This record gives sequence, structure tokens and C-alpha cells, in this order.
Amino acid sequence: MSHVVTLLAQADNSGLDFVRPAIDWHAVAPELLLVGLGAVVTLVDAVLLERGRRLAPTLAGLTLLVPLIPILTLALDGNDRFLFGGAYAVDDFSLILKAMFLLVGYVVVLLSTNYMAEGDYWESEYYQMIVASILGMVIMASARDLITIFVALELLSIPAYLLATWRKRDAKSNEAGLKYYLMGVFASAIMLYGMSLIFGKTGVTKLVDINVALSGAASSEPIVTLGIVFIIVGFAFKVSAVPFHTWAPDTYEGAPTPVTAFLSVASKAAGFVALMQLVFVGLLGRADVIEPLMWVLAAASMTVGNLIALRQTNLVRMLAYSGVAQAGFMLAPMAVIGTSSGEALTAVVTYLLVYAAMNLGAFAIVIAMARRSGSAEIESFSGAFQFAPALTVAMTIFLFSLAGIPPLGGWFAKFLVFRAVVAPSTWAGIGLGVVAAVNSVIALFYYANVARRMWMNEPLHGDRSPVVVPPSLAAAVVLTAAATILFGVFPGLVTHFTDFGETLLPLAAP
Amino acid sequence: MQTFLDDWGLTLITFLPIVGALLMMAVPNAREDLLKIVALGAAVAVAVVVVLLIINFDYDNAKDLQYGVDVGWIDIIKSRFTLGLDGLSLPLVALTALVTPLVIIYSWDHIPDPGNPKAFLILILVLHTGMIGTFVAQDLILFFVFFEVVLLPMYFMIGVWGGEDRQYASIKFFLYTLFGSALMILSFLALFFLTGAETFNMVELAEQVAVREIALSTQVLIFGGMFMGFGIKVPMFPFHTWLPDAHTQAPTQGSVILAAVLLKLGTYGFIRIAIPILPDAAFEWAPFIGLLAVIGIIYGALGSLAQTDMKRLIAFSSVAHMGYVMLGIATLTDFGVNAAIFGMVAHGLITGMLFFVAGSVKERYHTLEIKRLGGLLVQAPHLGWILGFSTMASLGLPGLAGFWGEFPAILAAYQPAEGLSVGLFRAYMVVAALGTVLAAGYLLWLLQRTAFGTPSEEFENDPDVHDTSVFEWIAWTPLLILILALGIYPNLVFSVTDPAVIETVVSAFQG
Repeated sequence: MSHVVTLLAQADNSGLDFVRPAIDWHAVAPELLLVGLGAVVTLVDAVLLERGRRLAPTLAGLTLLVPLIPILTLALDGNDRFLFGGAYAVDDFSLILKAMFLLVGYVVVLLSTNYMAEGDYWESEYYQMIVASILGMVIMASARDLITIFVALELLSIPAYLLATWRKRDAKSNEAGLKYYLMGVFASAIMLYGMSLIFGKTGVTKLVDINVALSGAASSEPIVTLGIVFIIVGFAFKVSAVPFHTWAPDTYEGAPTPVTAFLSVASKAAGFVALMQLVFVGLLGRADVIEPLMWVLAAASMTVGNLIALRQTNLVRMLAYSGVAQAGFMLAPMAVIGTSSGEALTAVVTYLLVYAAMNLGAFAIVIAMARRSGSAEIESFSGAFQFAPALTVAMTIFLFSLAGIPPLGGWFAKFLVFRAVVAPSTWAGIGLGVVAAVNSVIALFYYANVARRMWMNEPLHGDRSPVVVPPSLAAAVVLTAAATILFGVFPGLVTHFTDFGETLLPLAAP
Repeated sequence: MQTFLDDWGLTLITFLPIVGALLMMAVPNAREDLLKIVALGAAVAVAVVVVLLIINFDYDNAKDLQYGVDVGWIDIIKSRFTLGLDGLSLPLVALTALVTPLVIIYSWDHIPDPGNPKAFLILILVLHTGMIGTFVAQDLILFFVFFEVVLLPMYFMIGVWGGEDRQYASIKFFLYTLFGSALMILSFLALFFLTGAETFNMVELAEQVAVREIALSTQVLIFGGMFMGFGIKVPMFPFHTWLPDAHTQAPTQGSVILAAVLLKLGTYGFIRIAIPILPDAAFEWAPFIGLLAVIGIIYGALGSLAQTDMKRLIAFSSVAHMGYVMLGIATLTDFGVNAAIFGMVAHGLITGMLFFVAGSVKERYHTLEIKRLGGLLVQAPHLGWILGFSTMASLGLPGLAGFWGEFPAILAAYQPAEGLSVGLFRAYMVVAALGTVLAAGYLLWLLQRTAFGTPSEEFENDPDVHDTSVFEWIAWTPLLILILALGIYPNLVFSVTDPAVIETVVSAFQG
């Protein structure tokens, strides 16, 4: 002990004085709870061994729900809190996204319960990975510093790489995990390089400070532009935007379906959260670089994703490509951040929330139907209305919500995107709006195609045996369907939480 | 009572069908009668409230929105839940409230294959909410939502319960309409931001556009977006190609609702939204709309003449009839727009009736191929006479409702709104008048080939061929009476619509 004191004293003398940061325990309670309860999941597994298997999903579910309590109290408290010199922010923006990540994690646990128990997989480890990844996302929602963002990104990605290979005796799953890992690491490297360029030029890592530095003369230097481009390209990989989307379909198809649901919703959302904090806070001063880049990424993602989705025969692959197109919709508002950042921010966050509900729901149905047929081929959904009417109605809700048909949630998300891009009344914005409008028509075709098979065709081989839906899966379907409908009929439920005023920027300063 | 209606009347008629649909979900599939009773109950309840609304309507102020509701809905986009009823929407709300219960009555013993009355009737009720909502919504976003709500049920109705090519027809219907409405919503948004009005309320937006000086070229573009949305729904030539497929493949009930109400959503959009809000752009577009309208009249008529299928023939005749409605609107005069609204109601009643008859013919003969039919008057005299009556009404015989939709529309083109090219519109008038001759041609030819003559050998002793059933009589009588009543006393409609047309449409040009 005395040795440590001596060391500290030496450090003090040499000028490296360490001041213990004041920690607002209330503000970090959700993260601490996740860490603590996540450790309990591991301990139960280590102590009870085989007997603990059955407890794992329940414990994991609780682990993900309990941190919602401090999030609620923080939201009721209403004050924005900043920790670690402003590197870590707890504000309206981060709270709603933390809540979303936790709920998404919970639904994924519901989706996984029977899938994992019946498939002879490692169970406790699986849930530990989910919890760890969610922890990374929850941290990401508060990260307002380049280093924090990077740490959070790795914390949420590494467990996800492992999860993608969870069906380890299946070559496709191995391929999925490997592709995801290589692409993910590659993207991280590019992003990190971009961050280093920005840091090299500005000398700061906090986003607020970067924003100030970039407002100065240094901002127009080519090296800064290059840094910004690298950062955005790195995240374009993460959110599977065209032309950096090629890993997504293979990874989605090969990974266990609950993991695919997790990747396509939570992991993608985390990428968007990081991207939003970067472009709406740190790099907002360089809208001239971000806007055209986002315009191209958005238009390409929507169009290419939709066109390829048209040709898919496997529902998971179709959802993967449709996810690429949906990412395009979420990128679109960022093409106007210079002029209407408030509308753009609201649009992206709202879209994330609605997308989480409807996409998870669609995957829940895929998992339920695959219990009967063992496949996710669109053909195997034929005539589902005759043997699984409730699932068919639910799937119809999700599909047409994804297509953006009122009164289902998706329409409002799309509407906010239209609103954001039209708001500045520029040709570029309206042009992107028209591209989005045409794309929503293309998208309808393949979404409706699945619904058509389910409602209008005869079952394959005349097989009308019913689908057995376990309770946890049914709960996931009911939760997501209810959210999808409510978001569409009373959009105020979402916008109540996603209206941040003009921009994130004033919220970021300590 | 009066205050209750004022506060809740419109909300009730909009959402009662949904309540009915939710109740039906709780009824097990096996209780078919109960299901039908609940569905009919909901539709009749709506009709009763609509009758009360009509009785309590202040006709001296038909130009004003009545029974207004205005509560917050989506604050962040400044969209409100605003409902209102005036002379423009009253006839169409009444038409919807009348047709839906009749369709449900008709369904009593006519559930099309593959059965499942529960799902079928629930879809009809969801449609009902969408249709009524569209006609009473006074907020652009709310209007848009209701406008789109009708898509899904109609898609499934055609796709599941339709004819052979149902899958193709249903997705075509869906894609066409969605394309139009996607551009339409962009127009709404552009309007919102360009006026800076901070509201989607139709009346306020119209005022704001009049005050703020938006470049005419921009207005013309915005109008173009709306034109795509409404024009595809009408449908106007050259966007009409979804209609014959959808109509032919849809089950009878679907065809009737499609013809009677859904097509009117488009024309209603023009007179409620596009023209009052953007009168200057409408002025620029009017000659073009008129041109497409008369092309539609002639093309629809020629198309009808070429058809070999009874239902497809009636579908093509819809293209022609909606052409008259659009021609009336394109004149931008009170006379023309009144005629257009009358035309909508008349077309709804008459073509709805024709589709009912076609459905019943199909049920009896299992075919609608005109050359295999014949002698309907011999085998099923009542049905034959009803077909005769409806075709007469459809070709615009004076004394029946169809006349008052077509004739004034043609007449209005003689003297279009000041500033529009008189010569051009008179040319349209001549072409449109020729269209009535063609209409008489194909309708009489249809009647002659199906109703007259002797039954073909094929069906001579077919036990399936029987005369009108009780449910058919109940479902059809109100339509037949109204076709006659409106033909004799058209002021029933004109007296309600005229003040509203002058207030909403025509005054927009004098601002």
C-alpha cells in the first residue's frame, strides 16, 4: 500500500497529477447494473454448470430489463449529465437509445430462448455475449469522445463476431462469422485511421472540441476532409450501406436467425448512433463534405438494396438486402444536416426506433415459421394463412410496416425522412426525396410478394400442419406487433422522445 | 343530441367500423351468422349516424365545415386530427355509408371462394374506415393516412378472393396507387415548407398559398405531384391500366366498393385539395387535364366496345365516366365542379349496381363471356330488367341519375373559367359529346347480347340460373330507388354541393 502511495507521490512530483474524476453514480447506474448482473449470469453458469442452463435466458432477460429502472429515473430527473470532462453524456438522446438497445436485447433473448435450448448450442455463453454486446451499445449511446466511441464499438462488435459463428458445426455459420469479422476489423481500421487524422489536425478527442477546432481555419485542409471520409466509410461498413454492404447477406444467412435479428437491428442501430454523434456534434461544421457523401450513400443503398432484394428467394437474405435499403433511408436525412439538422436528427432516431420494432417482428416470424419447415425459403411460407393465420396477420403487419404503408409504424418513419430532406427546399434534397419515393414503391413489391405467398397461395405439398409457437416467441411477436401498430397510429408516442430541438450540439457541452 | 353529434359524430362514423372489426376478431370462425350480424351492425350503425348528421346538417351554411373536430395528433410535424363535413363531402360520405352495408348484405349468401367470411368482412370494415376518413379529414397528413388505409384491405380482397389473375391484378393496383401517393406526400411536404404555414390544415394552407408569393413554376410542380397521386386513383388516361385488371379480378363486393367509392377518392382529392390550395397551378394544368379527360372518355368507350367480358366492359366504361367527371373539374367553373360531384355520386350508384348484376350473372352462369350469355330476360326476368335499368342509367338517359353527371359536365366545357381557352374546351365538348354516343353503343350492345334473345343451349336447362334472391333485392333496392330519385330531382345533391363548390373551389380563383 505504502508503495502505491510513494508511486503516486512521484507521479505528482513529475507533473502527472492524477485527479480522481467525480463520478455521477446515478448516471452510470445502467452500465454498472449491466456489468454486475452480466457477471451473475457468468457465475451461475460457472457454479451450477449444467443445472444453470435453464436459468440462463431468464437471468439474461432480467439483466437487460433491470437497467431500465435507472434509465427511467434519469429520464424523470430530466437533467443532462456529463461525466469525464464531457466525454460521456447522459441526455435525452442517449437515454432513449439506451432504452431501445436494452429492449431490443430483451426481445432477442425472447427469440433465442427456444432456438438455443433446442439446437444443442452453448447457452450461457451465448447470453453472456449478448449482454456484453448490449453493454457496448449502451455505452455507445453516451459516447461523445473519439476514444470512448472506439472502445464502445469494439465492445459491441467482438461478441457479435462470435455470435455469428454460433452454429459452429455449420460451414455457412463459420463463413458468416469470418466474413463479418474480417470486414468489421477492416472497417474499424479505416475508421481509426480517419479518427487519427482528425486528432492529428485538431489535437483533441472530445467531439465538442473537435467541432470548435473544425470551425477554425484548419477545417478546410484536405487532410481533415480525408479523415472525415474515412470515418464515414468505416461506419458505412458497420451499417451495411452500399457499396460496403457485401458482407451482410452472407453473414445474415449463415448466422443463427436470432443473431441475425440482433445484428440487423441492434448492431446496425449502434453504428447509426455513433455516426449521428460524429456528424451531428463533432463534424457538423463540415457539412459540405458530409452532405454529398451521405447523399450518394443513401441513394445507392436504397436503390441497390431494393433492386437486389427483388430477386431473393430466401427470406433472410431478402431481409438483409431490405435492411441495406432501410439503412439508405436512415442515411438520407444526414444528406441535409447542414440546413435542417433538427429535422434530420429526429428522423434518424425515430426511424431507428420504429425499424427496431418492425424488423425484430419480421425475424420473430421467420424463426417461428422455420420451426415447422426448417427453412427460410420464401416458398416455404406459401399458404401460411391456412395453417398459421395469426402469424400471417402479424407478418403482414411487419412487412407492410417495412414498406411504409399507413397506419403501420413504418409510414411515419419514412414520412419523417421525406420531411427532413424536403425541409431545406433545395434541389438536392427534393431529388433525394424523389429517389426515396420511387424506392418505396420498389420495396413494396418484394414485401408484398411475401405477403402474397402467405395469403394467396396453397401450402407446399398440401401440408397444413400448424406451427407450434413457444410462449417466449409469442411474447416477442405480440410486443413488436403492438409497438408497430401503436407507433403508426399515435406517432406522438415516439416523437415525444425523439424531438431534441435544433441539434445535439448544445446538449454536448458540459 | 345536437351537441353530441357536433362533438362526436364524425369520429364515430370514422372509427365505428374498426370497432366492429375488433369485435369480429373475438368471434370464433364457426359462428358465421354472428360474424355477419356484427359486420352489418357496425355498417348500419355508421349509416344511422350519417343519417342523423344529414338531418342535423345546416343546409343554409353548406359551404362551411360542420361537426368540426380538431385535436392534437402528431405535434412534431404540426399535424392535427381535424375532421369536418361540408357540402363537398356530404354526398360522398352518404354514398359510402349507403354502399358498405349493402355490400355486406349482398355478402350474406355470396361469400366468394375461398370462403373465410370473417377475414373478408373485417377487410370490408377496415375499408369503410379508410373511405369515410378520407372524405372527412381536413388535415393533409390525416387525409394521406386514410387515403392509404384503403390500399391494404383492397389488395387482399382482390388477391385472395379474386378471379384467376388475381395476384397480378392486386399487386398492380397496389404499386400504381402507391407510386402516386409517394409523390403526393412529397408535394404535401413541399407545400408545408414553402408556405412556412406550420400547419397541414387544408383551409389554412389555401389561405397561406394565396398570401405568400410562391413562384408559379414551383406551384405547377407541386400540383404535378398531387396530380400523380389523385390522377392514378381516378384513374385518368394513361394511368388507367390497373383499373380493368383490378375490377375484373376483384370479387363482386370488391368491384362494387372500388367503383362506387374508391375511384372517388381521387376526384375528391382534386376538388378538395389540389385546386383550392393551388388555384394558379390548377389553371395551368386545366387544359392538360381536360385533354386527358376526353382521351379517357373516347379510349374508355372504344375499350368497352372491344371487350368480350361483361365485367371488363363495365370496368372500361368506368374509365370513360370518370373522364366526364374530370372534364367537369377541368373547366374550373362552379357548374363543372358541381356536375363532377354529381357525376361521382351517380357513377358510384350506377356502376356499383352494374357490378352487382355482373357478379350475380357470374354466380348463375359461371362465366361473364358475353357471347356465351343471352336471354337473361327469359331465364331471370327481374335480373334482366335490373340490368336494363342500370345500363339505361349508365348511358345517361334523362330522368335517371347518370344524365345529371354527364350532361352538365359537357355543357360546362362550353364556357370554361375565364382565361382558359374557350376554343380548346369547346373542342373537348364536342369530343365528349361523341363519347356519349359510343357509350350508348356499347351499353345497348351489352344489353342486347346478354339480356335479349333466347338462352344459349349451354344454359337452357341449367338449374343454377334462378331469378333475383331476397338478399339481392335488399341490397339493390336502395340503389335503384336512388338512381331514379336523383334522376328526377337532382337538386337533392346540387343544393348541397353548390354553396360549398362556390366557397371552396371557385372563390379560390377570385382571391
